[in-house]
Amino acid sequence: MTEAARIVLPDAGRVLRELPVGTPVLLSGPVFAARDATHERLAFELDRDGVLPYGLAGQVLFYAGPTPAAAGRPAGAVGPTTAKRMDAWTPLLMEAGIVATIGKGARSDEVRRACARTGAVHLAAVGGAAALLATAVRSVEVVAYPELGTEALMRMELEGFPAWVAIDARGNDLYALARAEWAGVASRRES
Amino acid sequence: MATLAAIAEAVRAAIAEAAVSLRPDVLAAMERALPLEPSCRAQEVLGQLLENARIARAERVPVCQDTGAVWVWIELGTDERLGGDPQCTVDEALRQAYRDNGLRMSVLRDALGERVNTGDNTPAFLDVSLRPGSGASVHVMLKGGGSDNASALAMLDPSAGPDGIVRFVTETVSAKATGACPPLIVGVGVGGTFDSVAKLSKKALLRPLGMPAPTDAAADLEEALLAGINALGIGPAGLGGLTTALGVRVLTAPCHIAALPVAVNVGCSAMRSVTVEVP
Repeated sequence: MTEAARIVLPDAGRVLRELPVGTPVLLSGPVFAARDATHERLAFELDRDGVLPYGLAGQVLFYAGPTPAAAGRPAGAVGPTTAKRMDAWTPLLMEAGIVATIGKGARSDEVRRACARTGAVHLAAVGGAAALLATAVRSVEVVAYPELGTEALMRMELEGFPAWVAIDARGNDLYALARAEWAGVASRRES
Repeated sequence: MATLAAIAEAVRAAIAEAAVSLRPDVLAAMERALPLEPSCRAQEVLGQLLENARIARAERVPVCQDTGAVWVWIELGTDERLGGDPQCTVDEALRQAYRDNGLRMSVLRDALGERVNTGDNTPAFLDVSLRPGSGASVHVMLKGGGSDNASALAMLDPSAGPDGIVRFVTETVSAKATGACPPLIVGVGVGGTFDSVAKLSKKALLRPLGMPAPTDAAADLEEALLAGINALGIGPAGLGGLTTALGVRVLTAPCHIAALPVAVNVGCSAMRSVTVEVP
């Protein structure tokens, strides 16, 4: 297996855009957890003010809503939620300066094209591995919208968080490529 | 005597257990799949999922941050007399379990409008059915949103037959699996009515992997579906490979002469359910 690229956030936009689709990465540094309700509010504030709020320009969005922190741990369970639910807002947020997103599952052509246009990337993490992934989360702090509970905007400090480049800055899509490759393997095995 | 207090205790214990532990049959299926998976990336994903299960169990941390909406199905013996209000009792047990175990609150007061979180993961989605005899079986499932979203229902023409069922189920999985946390367990309901076939597909997910299907026809359908789904190439986490599903569970029922209802309820790799027998 290819050795993982160690990415230090923030200010990693330039490094991330050079990585080809499928590259495994280990992320360290800050990311911002945001899911459905948060995206609606971020898009509203972006539209109203013309800039991304909360210093999000140049930052990474992690589609996640963690469980409450357990005793002696900075986070409870933390893992990616389905990225496609955020597709409607993502091109807008990438145009405004988001350099990468982290989630699970395939995304729309609009997001793929937004990556190619803006140089942003989408990263895939393993859904359902939240107890493991939480061991790569050093701290969690609510930045905005505390009333949304698990959907609040949160700043998370990562250390060695594993993911793959799922859509690279040229718009290549790992979900489509890997599926075609392995469907081919499956059909050759059958014949 | 299956009292409401005993059922409440069963619900509390089941939630606490299910949130932090994979079902033994699911864990075993994943362990079997790993050495057979030729894709390095798929092996890495399965390795992460197995390590995740180990950490969750050892440290009592939820297997997945989506600790679900809770489906509770009470099969109650007709000799029992519960008294009281089952919904209130189960909701209170659920409320305590989510608070005491630090689980995520993922339920909204109403789907339409402001979509305000209830703050305590209530209400439980509760079914009570009767059966002859004494005691109760209490089934508790913590169902994640990502996998439930990948589910679908079709009222097929009877002429579509088993091939039509395979086509519909495979197309559903093909379109939606990557966001549903594969490797999946695919629950399939065949028969009943429009409203009941969806419940059938959810109940199908309760039968452990490795336990044979109730009929030969259901077993044949499971085999055809599993082969078709794993030929899609979607793989663990949707990142490519030959393990898109760990198993398919089919549950059938009588239906109208004009009907072939089919429902697919997708279960994720963290398929969490516990059945408690209350004497």
